[in-house]
Amino acid sequence: MALANTRLDFVRTNALDQAVLKALDGALPNDLATRPVRLAILGSSTLAHLMPGIRVAGLRRNIHVTLYENDYGQYLQELTDPHSALHEFRPTMVLLALDAVDVTGGLQAGMDQADADAALEAVQNRIRECWRLARAAFHCPVIHQATLAVHPDLLGQNEHRLPGSRRAFVERLNWSLRAMADAEGVDLLALDTRAAHDGLAAWHDPSLWHRAKQEVSPAASPMYGELVGRLIAARLGRSYKCLVMDLDHTLWGGVVGDDGLEGLVLGQGSALGEAFTAFQEYARELSRRGIILAVCSKNDEANALEPFEKHPEMVLKRADIACFVANWNDKASNIRGIAEQLNIGLDSLVFVDDNPFERALVRQELPMIGVPEVGDDPANYAGIIADAGYFEGLAITDEDRARSGQYQGNLQREASRASVTDLPAYLRSLEMALVWRGFDAIGLQRTVQLINKTNQFNLTTRRYTEEDVRAVMGDERSFGLQLRLLDRFGDNGVISIVIGKMNDADDMVIDTWLMSCRVLGRQVEPTTLNLVAAAAQRLGAKRLVGEYFPTKKNGMVRDHYERLGFTKEQEDASGGSRNLLDLGGFIPAETFIDVKEG
Amino acid sequence: MVEADVYPVLTEIFQDVFMRDDMKLSPELTSKNVPGWDSFKQIEIIIAVEEKYNIKFHTRELDNLNNVGDLARTVAAKIQAAH
Repeated sequence: MALANTRLDFVRTNALDQAVLKALDGALPNDLATRPVRLAILGSSTLAHLMPGIRVAGLRRNIHVTLYENDYGQYLQELTDPHSALHEFRPTMVLLALDAVDVTGGLQAGMDQADADAALEAVQNRIRECWRLARAAFHCPVIHQATLAVHPDLLGQNEHRLPGSRRAFVERLNWSLRAMADAEGVDLLALDTRAAHDGLAAWHDPSLWHRAKQEVSPAASPMYGELVGRLIAARLGRSYKCLVMDLDHTLWGGVVGDDGLEGLVLGQGSALGEAFTAFQEYARELSRRGIILAVCSKNDEANALEPFEKHPEMVLKRADIACFVANWNDKASNIRGIAEQLNIGLDSLVFVDDNPFERALVRQELPMIGVPEVGDDPANYAGIIADAGYFEGLAITDEDRARSGQYQGNLQREASRASVTDLPAYLRSLEMALVWRGFDAIGLQRTVQLINKTNQFNLTTRRYTEEDVRAVMGDERSFGLQLRLLDRFGDNGVISIVIGKMNDADDMVIDTWLMSCRVLGRQVEPTTLNLVAAAAQRLGAKRLVGEYFPTKKNGMVRDHYERLGFTKEQEDASGGSRNLLDLGGFIPAETFIDVKEG
Repeated sequence: MVEADVYPVLTEIFQDVFMRDDMKLSPELTSKNVPGWDSFKQIEIIIAVEEKYNIKFHTRELDNLNNVGDLARTVAAKIQAAH
């Protein structure tokens, strides 16, 4: 598996893929991070050569991907026919990959604007129809691959003035896909921007198109798989979440402990200083879109903090850094500590350091951490990090924008807890409020995001799509709760989701109960139970049924229901259990949390 | 460069593509003699050779490859021409 973390050319990618397929022999591997993904790739040209790259990109992320490819050119038929092999495959994700010849069918250079516009609309409608068919049949996320503009110019630089130009037409289509995909909740595989970045020749070989109808060259297939893998990971909430930065020679030039504040190279005045400023600006932009920033530096803490507090050219301020670690311990241990303090998995950290020794140490000790080979020229740091796609994101929620601040507040709370031994007094001093709402369209994105990425505090680890959540909203025998926690340090955002579904015996079965670990130990659980019981009683339930399905990551909630006063009805060998609570005698717990609807 | 120099490199590429460390090449070897040598494997071989030698085959040259000997000869000639 370690092999999968290095860049591979396509021959080695195929070899690795073959070896893994053979070793698994149709079985599913153990200890997967997520439910296996069944991805159907639908298109009109040869796609088989892209599959090893996708499987290996999954492997690199500990995600098992099983693939399906439609019979040559039959994607529309298979989508519409409920007895097709595609339907039998039951995909959990669909990737629509239409080639340039397919989407430009019927186009010719003599066409006038009106005919070209009509052709564009027809293709847009066909694509939208495919998305809707896939959605309706499989209730799963859909990815659409932007089409490669492989046709040579007819007019030249002002190609867009020739309405019937195939190259211009593909570009118009790709441009229009952005808004279409957003409106339909479809994710884009932006092959067009990638090809603009790498050059079309890196992606498309006309000779191979004529030979085997491979629009994407096999030489580009590992990168194709990588791009698909990033989207899958992002959909499953498995993108990286935090950037851990070294200080000396990474955020500024020089060594602050030796050169002093005045000796640092940073900001206007030298190209090198401006390059460090530009990298800091990139990091700050990342944090503004929801990536957590942390510092891990071998320094005396006072020295390390000084530039953040006093250097006029520093773009990053202390408040931008959610977790600041400067000491003389080894970096692997410190990074473990950072993950613990921030309450996120080690596999969601990316570590940037100009020093190859530190990079190698962290790679060896903590192989799950993303360690880009950034070199030692700060002018390249941002581009290298962006190019590696660690932080692939699909939507920006308000919580993402506020997250860095939340983690920062969290650390202040931890600090107060360390200094206060009287826990009830501490909890009371937090002035907490739990604000609840039923599921609604405004919170939908965040709800789905939490359902798909919460691993630790998650009783059943059921993953749901937007459609599934909408189904709960429309069912009068179910309820869905989204809970937000406020306290005197700030708004923690939506931190817990509960779904209840009434069964035939009029018991309310808690289908999903998950919570962000950031708010552990703050009486949120009993307060939530009060809300759950009330919601169940409103729907006429006599009892609550709480189930626990063990996974590799959710051992912390094994005794969740017993702690809340449920009676264990049954337990299986793996520790899974079914627990009951009679609502007749239920007395709401008293906590330090204020409850409001809002 | 002569054809003989090309064979060790081609052997390594074929061994990688077919995942068989014991694979030996001869000029007469064709796709019919090798299990799994289909049109996709053919393309893998071509691209691997192109990347290794930093050359690009002509579509016509590819149509005329009938055995390993043809491949080695074409590679040697193209490298010769490049120098």
